[in-house]
Amino acid sequence: MITLAHFLTLGAVLFCIAVAGIFINRKNVIVLLMCLELLLLAVNTNFVAFSRYLGDPAGQVFVFFILTVAAAEAAIGLAILVVLFRNRSTIDVTSIDTLKG
Amino acid sequence: MTFELICFYVFASVAALAALTVISVKNPVVAALSLVLTFFSMACVWLLAQAEFLAVALVLVYVGAVMVLFLFVVMMLDVDFSVVREGFVRFLPVGVLVAAVMLTEMLMMIGVRSLKTPVTEDPAVLAGMSNMEWLGQTLFRDFLLPFEIAALILTVGLIAAVTLTLRKRTGTKVQRPGLQVMVKREDRLRVIKMDAVGKGEVGP
Repeated sequence: MITLAHFLTLGAVLFCIAVAGIFINRKNVIVLLMCLELLLLAVNTNFVAFSRYLGDPAGQVFVFFILTVAAAEAAIGLAILVVLFRNRSTIDVTSIDTLKG
Repeated sequence: MTFELICFYVFASVAALAALTVISVKNPVVAALSLVLTFFSMACVWLLAQAEFLAVALVLVYVGAVMVLFLFVVMMLDVDFSVVREGFVRFLPVGVLVAAVMLTEMLMMIGVRSLKTPVTEDPAVLAGMSNMEWLGQTLFRDFLLPFEIAALILTVGLIAAVTLTLRKRTGTKVQRPGLQVMVKREDRLRVIKMDAVGKGEVGP
């Protein structure tokens, strides 16, 4: 039988993979955005598991709202990315340092 | 080991392997497609947790909309990915170290706390309804205002994405319907006073 520990472990593994992805893909904004989506997916898995095992629907409602905000975030993030590429012709994070003193 | 548990292990390992592919592969198109696989496997895992509505919503929203948007942007931008891959090897030890430490801490926490958690019946079934009904009752009774704010956030996101990427091109000829509607008779029509001319005469 699946216990709560199974879901939490899977969420932790996904979360750590995504954090490692943010570290090793620091220059590629597209993969950074994908890693953010992975982070949110791991957190959502924890919410679903706790909602299931505590019998509280509020956890699943919260996942619903996180999905909404993540969709808006991805849309705006990709729009910013398109504008950035149009103006600078690169998506290298380290070369975007105009505001650096 | 029950059939449910075997399914869980299959979906979980596919999701973890696909997530590893996302962060390590060179081609971002492959990364986006692997992310689709990750989301799909996690939707199956959510189904095992009896969160049917959210699993379907995850497939519809992420695989159907967000990942298509990602693929669209990746293919539209002509990015030189050999440049943005610099530093991959340099940051690899740090990333793996941080992830391993975090994973160890989390697993210790989970191992202590949740192995004793009793496996209960599906709360929606206990309440005598489907998962969707269970979720909807809470969503529209206790979370109605946040629900409407979520709709507002989506609208703001839509408008922001459009206004960010909207670009005025110079030198193109376009119709401006606002000005066309606002036009007055005096702008287009000019009445000229002139003398009447008789038969056989040539006008001015």
